[in-house]
Amino acid sequence: MEDAVLFNLRDEKQSAWENVLNYFRKRSMWMLYYCTGCGAIELPPSMTSRYDMERFGMGPMATPRQADLLLITGYLSVKTLKRVIYSYEQMQDPKYVVGFGSCPINGGIYWDAYPVINHLELFLPVDMSIAGCMPRPQAVLDAFQKLMDEIQAGKAVGYKRYRRHYDWYKRNQDAVLARTQAVLEPWEDPFSDPALVESLWKDAPAEIRERQEERHDA
Amino acid sequence: MRFIHMLPHLLGVSFLAMGIGLLLMGLGRQFTARIQRRIGPPFYQAYIDVLKCFSKSSITHGFVMDLGSIMSLAGLIATAYYVPFVQWTPTGSASLVVILYLMTIGYLGMAMGVSASGNPQAPLGISRALALMFGYEIPLVMVILAMILVTGSSNLLAIVGHQQGGIGNWFIWKFPVGFLAVEIAFQGMIGEKPYDMMIAPAEIASGPMVELSGKYLGLAFLLHAVQLYVETALIVNLFLGGAHNPATFFGKQLLVYLTSMAVNAVMARYRIEQGIAHLWRWAGSLALVQLVLTKGGI
Repeated sequence: MEDAVLFNLRDEKQSAWENVLNYFRKRSMWMLYYCTGCGAIELPPSMTSRYDMERFGMGPMATPRQADLLLITGYLSVKTLKRVIYSYEQMQDPKYVVGFGSCPINGGIYWDAYPVINHLELFLPVDMSIAGCMPRPQAVLDAFQKLMDEIQAGKAVGYKRYRRHYDWYKRNQDAVLARTQAVLEPWEDPFSDPALVESLWKDAPAEIRERQEERHDA
Repeated sequence: MRFIHMLPHLLGVSFLAMGIGLLLMGLGRQFTARIQRRIGPPFYQAYIDVLKCFSKSSITHGFVMDLGSIMSLAGLIATAYYVPFVQWTPTGSASLVVILYLMTIGYLGMAMGVSASGNPQAPLGISRALALMFGYEIPLVMVILAMILVTGSSNLLAIVGHQQGGIGNWFIWKFPVGFLAVEIAFQGMIGEKPYDMMIAPAEIASGPMVELSGKYLGLAFLLHAVQLYVETALIVNLFLGGAHNPATFFGKQLLVYLTSMAVNAVMARYRIEQGIAHLWRWAGSLALVQLVLTKGGI
């Protein structure tokens, strides 16, 4: 336990050495794509001859342990979210999350579907979102370039936010995962109420809110 | 005392093996990309990958996993000490028996390390790797036996010595059938298609590497790099006459590796029993033909 605390304290500052390491991190991102939705269909063209993602040292990896980059390619149902969280927590620091398309941002065309979550940012620290339904390979590669810039600048630190504000993320996860439990009587889903989502954002630690606003400006 | 004098050479060869192996990996990836009409990663991509792996946090599954990861790398680096680089080895010895013996330690260490991770995919991949080893070691040993019959020595330096004096003296001309057999076996040794069933990302989630994270994955990368160095150097020494300067030696290694990558780029993957059967049937029978031809004095 003590080790964990020390590690966190050391991690807080962005040293010059960290800047050097960030160069290697941005030039060698290995992806774990969570093919939940239609977004994964845009990945083969991004990887193969036409757009050739390997130019930037990016490539697919088989397991969460090996990967640096978690791609949420499309909508997430509540049950899938649980597995995504498991996968994310198995990945090793530094790790980054990219939301593909509209669905992880606001639910997309599934915004009122009962099994689908609408705001991935409430449950996992998303480092980069790609708008579109679906984003074309050009948009995907553009987003990865931006993510590389953010990694070099030391701004893509979602994994540190997740560690620091785990209580907030965990509370939101527990609240939404309650929907996976079987109910035998009519049940009012709290997440169907936009006011609840608003209040969750109001509760958010200042760091997460600032990051969110910065992302909206960009 | 002798060890102290050898130490700088040993360290030098260790880093040389890793450096050349990683360079081969990077160039091989670029070569594959060009075959697929892509631009591909820069040739130094493998160095970036390894450095990144070592910059990540990692999870261990106990002492045996740490030991196994180190042992596999150490075993292969020890092999590199006996494989001549430009007609020189740091230990002064180049016994083929020692080389063949030490080469298996890499896989055995890996088997021990990744089996300790507890993930069922890892022992599955390792059992495939060890099964495949039966497939390629037999043809390789038969061809090496043929060479020992001709040269009368199991010292790799002596075998290189027999091939001096021009391209016509290379053993690739004296043992053409055996060279084919070893090329097929080489494809299995470095685990490229069609013999990449031990990695098989789509079936068993990259097999032995399934639980390796961060620094352990970096060690696995280095393991593969040293393996490439040792096995390409072995073929260069056995068939292509070694070399008189490092650049020629590296050029020949690259030629051997890129030939294998060209096959890798256009083949599909065998199932494990198909792979072993194929190795025994083709590489094995070619090696046997070579052995009989050599013994018959042809």
